[in-house]
Amino acid sequence: MATLARLQARSKFVAQQYYFRNSVVDIFRKKEYDAAVKIQSWFRGCQVRAHIRNLHRVATIIQKWWRSYSGRQEYQLIVKFASCAMKMNLYNAMAVRIQRRWRGYRIRKYCFNYFYLKEYLKAVSETNDAIREALEEFAEMKEREEKKADLEREEKKRDYQARKTHYLLSTKQIPGIYNSPFRKDPDPWELRLQKAKPLTYQRSKVKQKRCISLSSWLACTSARSFPRSEILPPIDRKQCQGPFRDITEVLEQRYKPLEPTLWVAEPISELKVAREEFRRQEWMRDVNDNMISKLYYHHLISSQSMENYIQKLDKLSKDFIEEGEKQA
Amino acid sequence: MSQRQVLQVFEQYQKARTQFVQMVAELATRPQNIETLQNAGVMSLLRPLLLDVVPTIQQTAALALGRLANYNDDLAEAVVKGDILPQLVYSLAEQNRFYKKAAAFVLRAVGKHSPQLAQAIVDCGALDTLVICLEDFDPGVKEAAAWALGYIARHNAELSQAVVDAGAVPLLVLCIQEPEIALKRIAASALSDISKHSPELAQTVVDAGAIAHLAQMILNPDSKLKRQVLSVLSQIAKHSVDLAEMVVEAEIFPVVLTCLKDKDEYVKKNASTLIREIAKHTPELSQLIVNAGGVAAVIDCIGSCKGNIRLPGIMMLGYVAAHSENLAMAVIISKGVPQLSVCLSEEPEDHIKAAAAWALGQIGRHTPEHARAVAVTNTLPVLLSLYMSTESSEDLQVKSKKAIKSILQKCTYLPALEPFLYDAPPNILKHVVGQFSKVLPHDSKARRLFVTSGGLKKVQEIKAEPGSLLQEYINSINNCYPEEIVRYYSPGYSDTLLQRVDSYQPLTH
Repeated sequence: MATLARLQARSKFVAQQYYFRNSVVDIFRKKEYDAAVKIQSWFRGCQVRAHIRNLHRVATIIQKWWRSYSGRQEYQLIVKFASCAMKMNLYNAMAVRIQRRWRGYRIRKYCFNYFYLKEYLKAVSETNDAIREALEEFAEMKEREEKKADLEREEKKRDYQARKTHYLLSTKQIPGIYNSPFRKDPDPWELRLQKAKPLTYQRSKVKQKRCISLSSWLACTSARSFPRSEILPPIDRKQCQGPFRDITEVLEQRYKPLEPTLWVAEPISELKVAREEFRRQEWMRDVNDNMISKLYYHHLISSQSMENYIQKLDKLSKDFIEEGEKQA
Repeated sequence: MSQRQVLQVFEQYQKARTQFVQMVAELATRPQNIETLQNAGVMSLLRPLLLDVVPTIQQTAALALGRLANYNDDLAEAVVKGDILPQLVYSLAEQNRFYKKAAAFVLRAVGKHSPQLAQAIVDCGALDTLVICLEDFDPGVKEAAAWALGYIARHNAELSQAVVDAGAVPLLVLCIQEPEIALKRIAASALSDISKHSPELAQTVVDAGAIAHLAQMILNPDSKLKRQVLSVLSQIAKHSVDLAEMVVEAEIFPVVLTCLKDKDEYVKKNASTLIREIAKHTPELSQLIVNAGGVAAVIDCIGSCKGNIRLPGIMMLGYVAAHSENLAMAVIISKGVPQLSVCLSEEPEDHIKAAAAWALGQIGRHTPEHARAVAVTNTLPVLLSLYMSTESSEDLQVKSKKAIKSILQKCTYLPALEPFLYDAPPNILKHVVGQFSKVLPHDSKARRLFVTSGGLKKVQEIKAEPGSLLQEYINSINNCYPEEIVRYYSPGYSDTLLQRVDSYQPLTH
């Protein structure tokens, strides 16, 4: 029973203690609980973070690999295109070289020869120079000829003058006008006059050409159609010694005009021709322009109608006479 | 009355008639008397004297009539109306040579005035008698007949055809071979008048074998004959290529070139006409002329004469250069361009200037080399001034404009183009700027020169509609230069700079 009392005395204390100790523990429990929760949450957080980090790492690795793979693909594509382009450029450049050579060759061989053109132009300019020289020479020659001709004409004129004025020559007694005694030496005209031959008194200037228009065959034999000598023989000439005939007789016989016989002189259709001639003359002379009257006139004088008329007249007169005779 | 007194009356009358007719013939030589004579009724008095018994009176009356008809066409018409022509034609066949000459003179004097009068002569049957006169012995008669035929054939193609149908051409070709110079001249002139109208007539003349004789006569020293011969050949050659080739085959080159050095101006003119007519047909004929040295001779000939004489030579150079660029280059190396530019500047007449401008355009239009050769001689400013001047005729303006355009489109010689920037009208400026825009991108020296000579400045000042060709050219020129320089030269840059100065706040320390 002591214990019980003790216990009972202590029970309160124990109860207090009990309560006290529980409540303290409670407080600590909360604290510890919170601490535990904190630790656990932190730990869990670390865990999750580690996990996420891992995931990130793994994802990065995957992405890295994937990106490198796709980058390499692109790079290969680029390289392929670049190499294609380079090759094409090379081919193009080579083709251009070939085309350049070929085109140059073709033009030079078939279409256009530059050196030939140059040569041609040089030849043209040389020909031009040659022609220019030749033409200059030609012009000079012409000028020289003209000058020479002029000089000759002058000379001839002066010569003719000297011959005409030959009387001005100085004689022994009288010095001429070109040979004045006060001069040192005579004028050049004086010398020219000395050299010139005086003109004869009558200069024969017969120079006409006779163009005979032979209008009919009879005119051929007329005296004028034969060429005569320009200077007639002098009238009283001494008879030449020798068996020569008289000159007048000879000339007469030589230049005897043709005297045709009547049969030869008149052509056969003389009458007709004469009539035609007459008609033409009348037509020419006809001052009256009246055509009708002309025709009538022609009609009148034309031989056939005239003859008809005459015949008619004859007939009429015959009839008349017969009738008259009959009546008578 | 005694017989003698009766005869004396007749003698007096004859003397009076002779005197009258001789005086009238003498008075008719002076033009101032002819009016008076016409008013006094000389035609009706002369007409019956044509039928006179005495041949001398007939001849003198015909001569007087011819001189009167020669003076003007009223009198010639009076001759035709007075029914004198049938009379003359009839007696042409009969009478002696003096009368034939006088009658042919009357026919020529009447026929030369107008086609109607010539037709009247043809209608009264004169052609046959004239052709018969061509066969006469006397060269004076032949000359008069050929002259009359030539004047008749001159007017138009139908009359020429009538003359040819009368059979004149072979006889004229025979007349050319006669020794008398005057007859040769007139026959050649008649052939020239016949062949100038149409190719068929020219062919008739050629068929009669005229070319060989004419080609020989080029060497004759008489200058009037040479004129006519060259005229015939050029009239024949102008119609077609075949005729021109036939003329060339007669070996006229290089003899014709000596005629270009003749003293007589018209010989030179006709010779250059002949060469021009040959050169204009085909490039081969032009080539032939160039190879024979004809171009140099023509250029010298142009240099030695003035006025209208030069015109065929200038046209010949244009025709030769027009065919191909090699021929144009041949003209250039024969020193043709300086001569043409001299012609262009010093000739007073517009049509000669127009021809020179056309020829220069034909030379310069082929390649840049040709255009450079033309531009170097400083002709482009002259052409521009002719185009812009109000005094030039329309033809001259048109031709100089075409020449400028065609030369500018090929010209890459920049010193000659620069003056054009300053005073050219807009339609030409377009081409000039275009040429600059083609040359400048490739040539650095030219770019520098362009800037230093003030050309870039001028280009900036040009106002052009955006989107037009001119603006594109200006843009391409501006692209050749750095931006600062373009901005520096753009108009109003100094103003913008000053504005910047105004608006600048200086830093205060």
